[in-house]
Amino acid sequence: MIFSRHPVTAAMYMIVSMLGVAALFVLLDAFFLAVLQVLVYAGAVMVLFLFIIMLLDVGPQGGKAARLTWLPGLAGVLATFLLGLLLLSFIPDASTGSGSWPALPESTYVNGQNLTFSTAVSAFGYGLFTKYMLPLQVAGFMLLAAMVGVIILSKKHNPQS
Amino acid sequence: MELITPQHFLILASLLFAIGFLGVLIRRNVLLMLMSLELMLNGVNVALVAFSRSGTNLDGSIFVFFIMTVAAAEVAVGLALLVALFKKRDSVFSEDMRLLRN
Repeated sequence: MIFSRHPVTAAMYMIVSMLGVAALFVLLDAFFLAVLQVLVYAGAVMVLFLFIIMLLDVGPQGGKAARLTWLPGLAGVLATFLLGLLLLSFIPDASTGSGSWPALPESTYVNGQNLTFSTAVSAFGYGLFTKYMLPLQVAGFMLLAAMVGVIILSKKHNPQS
Repeated sequence: MELITPQHFLILASLLFAIGFLGVLIRRNVLLMLMSLELMLNGVNVALVAFSRSGTNLDGSIFVFFIMTVAAAEVAVGLALLVALFKKRDSVFSEDMRLLRN
């Protein structure tokens, strides 16, 4: 996706990756998040991206890659090195069989202080409206603020009014 | 045949994050940089859900829910800023945005 010059091609590959991530969520028994991923990312966000691509009419021009100066180059090398280190530290764990999936718990939402993992959407609702009530309200307010901000940003600037 | 363990999901998540990071570094079109940013957020989401499933704890999944909310708002604001910038500068490339440089 990041190597395609044309923005529309990149967006199409991006949709494919979003659907792949949704499939991974299904594999992880997070069905609600998979549906949300398809609706929000593959649906709304990518439509927004494609709409802006068409609005700005950006083509493949100027997509000539990677005139890397030394500072981003150094950052890239460092990041790749750190990632390799991270992966090397994972690989012995994967072979010892320490990573196995626990069985899905019964459909009780709470276990002491903890919310237990559940495939049911109602578990999400329970968690959101009890333990995470304040973050939910803040997220709603943040969406409102983002909406107002976008409207103000994209309003046609009119000096005489 | 090898079983899929949480480690495999973590490796995949870090790969997704690294690809997104590389995209932010090498692309000069701000639209594509924003898309790569979304890819990085997706990598984090995969890691969080893998931990949430393997620890049988719903908190990670709820955190992913909030990350999706914030990401959607961030994309909307970012694209609105990009359109405003395009009206002013007639360009979406990051090397043209150097008002503070000289």
